[in-house]
Amino acid sequence: MGELLKVDKIKTEFQTDKGPVTSVDEVSFDLKEGETICLVGESGCGKSVTSLSIMHLLDRNGSVTEGSIRFEDKDLAHASEAEMRKIRGNDISMIFQEPMTSLNPVLTIGDQLTEGIRLHMNYSRAEARSYAIEMLKKVGIPRAEGIIDEYPHKLSGGMRQRVMIAMALSCKPKLLIADEPTTALDVTIQAQILKLMKKLRDESNTAIILITHDLGVVAEMADKVAVMYAGQVVEETDVYTLFDNPKHPYTLGLMKSIPHITNPDDMRLNSIPGSVPSARNMPKGCRFYDRCPHAMKRCLAEKPELKPIEDKQAHSIRCFLYEEEEKDYEKKHAEKQHAEKEVSS
Amino acid sequence: MNMPLDQEKPLLQVKHLKKYYPIKKGVISRTVGYVKAVDDVSFDIYPGETMGIVGESGCGKSTTGRSLVRLEDPTAGQVLFQGKDLATVSQKEMRKLRTDLQIIFQDPYSSLNPRKRIGDLLAEPLLAHKLATKAEAEKKVNEIMEIVGLPKQYKNRYPHQFSGGQRQRIGIARALMLRPKLIICDEPVSALDVSIQAQVLNLLKDLQKSLNLTYVFIAHGLGAVKYISDRITVMYLGKVMELATTREIFEHPKHPYTEILLNAYPIPNPHERNRTQMVIEGDVPSPANPPKGCVFHTRCPFAKDICREKAPGLTGKDHLVACHFPIDEGKA
Repeated sequence: MGELLKVDKIKTEFQTDKGPVTSVDEVSFDLKEGETICLVGESGCGKSVTSLSIMHLLDRNGSVTEGSIRFEDKDLAHASEAEMRKIRGNDISMIFQEPMTSLNPVLTIGDQLTEGIRLHMNYSRAEARSYAIEMLKKVGIPRAEGIIDEYPHKLSGGMRQRVMIAMALSCKPKLLIADEPTTALDVTIQAQILKLMKKLRDESNTAIILITHDLGVVAEMADKVAVMYAGQVVEETDVYTLFDNPKHPYTLGLMKSIPHITNPDDMRLNSIPGSVPSARNMPKGCRFYDRCPHAMKRCLAEKPELKPIEDKQAHSIRCFLYEEEEKDYEKKHAEKQHAEKEVSS
Repeated sequence: MNMPLDQEKPLLQVKHLKKYYPIKKGVISRTVGYVKAVDDVSFDIYPGETMGIVGESGCGKSTTGRSLVRLEDPTAGQVLFQGKDLATVSQKEMRKLRTDLQIIFQDPYSSLNPRKRIGDLLAEPLLAHKLATKAEAEKKVNEIMEIVGLPKQYKNRYPHQFSGGQRQRIGIARALMLRPKLIICDEPVSALDVSIQAQVLNLLKDLQKSLNLTYVFIAHGLGAVKYISDRITVMYLGKVMELATTREIFEHPKHPYTEILLNAYPIPNPHERNRTQMVIEGDVPSPANPPKGCVFHTRCPFAKDICREKAPGLTGKDHLVACHFPIDEGKA
């Protein structure tokens, strides 16, 4: 598997009347072909802004001011609008949370679906239409030949999201960005869409960046996960390690605060006290300081960096705690060895 | 957990509640049909318990909740609060009853007047019902703010100055001002982030214990409903599919819809991802044109001929289910 995307320490800022506001700070992750990464976090943590930064879809007052986004051999952070136009919808495509607002209500499904196909794949009108019908069938839309001439308002939420997926995958992108694709849908429909996304991913080997706040969806879909908090990645690792052995206090808090149907009856939820700091008023040191049960003096003044905690496995966290723990461990280990030596001698 | 005892009298009884909205068309607004939002729903709520109502969008759970506090007038059927029918009591009596019945909404921002300070917003119900003087009301506001975990110096702030979780605390505080007996919680945590959801759910649980409240908890998130409810009503297309204790619903669901709903819920454990999942195809039919027979038959994997013709009634003693072929314990 070749490397497809490498996001390296990007910083996204928005210019406002009251000065620049940093929304995403030092976010890094990479993605191989066919791999799925989930960006998880609560509202305002910068997960959507990260994906919009990759796609150059930020509002006019926002821009990536530091870092690089390497996609294959191009740097998207510094790509021109003309270059992006070739990439968007072709190499990278995106689906959004609310499929109704991202479909044009005055154009038929077919008009919207064939636009990208004709633009990027140079199909004739008739070829594009039959290909679009094929795509609609692939995403499980019944009566695709009829639906193609319908307007979006005729479709249910789940069907609209299927149309969005058909549109996003029609040009066989290498990377699909899905921003909360199932959040607006009911659970039974969510299960349908997730199943569909898994099937299409396995067939086409498309890499996916899946943005969600639902750890259940993460567990179903992800190969690896980046947990975001207040504009930064605080923990990144593969999905099994994250759920079996989460390290960052925020990740731990998040896991314990979900009421899940498999929880035992009398288990009390562990809530994280306080709320997320505002982007205008970020703490100087660790951004989780105020809410962290393990906060130390050091966390107030110093900024922790995202560092791997063990060399052999890719598991990085942004926390001093583990450094301390490691020292403790080394100390204990040394003591133990010392004791063993004494015993043997 | 407060289990309903046989001898205990229900606090609230819902009997064959129906709420139809007319569909109007044309210049003279002829009624061409009805949206059957709630169609023959019955259940009892006992003092001190939490009744969860779950279902997908359009199943009528919110309409049911609103009917319980008479924000909707039922098309047919009765809502009896301590034996009094809310639809027929006089204005004056209803006013009195409203102090016992309160509701908390999903979006705490749109349910708070943006031009009023929090202190005034909270004092309003007391003053409107003439239950306290201004000074007494202020004292009460301080008290309640402390109970829900808001610093009392926030009294002079406006709603926009609070975060979502804090606003929901204000919503809860306002509902508590009149010391109600029953609170309808209509998706109170759906708009909140997970870490904040847990705070609000824990608060609701603690308040229930300390103030002896009865809740109707409406949500589409099964996790939250399981966490807080003693009994659960599962609704689909305006009808009750299943009603049982929380444990029964989760451990021995009898209705195929309940089973599918539980199964569709993503499990936050990646080791479970290859489990066999029962995914049902299709969408919820429109409540303006519900299917004949059992409303779930169009999506039910076990539907037989009788399901397409005859609607099953809600049967059972403690574990009620509306299905011709409920899931058999032995088979499952």
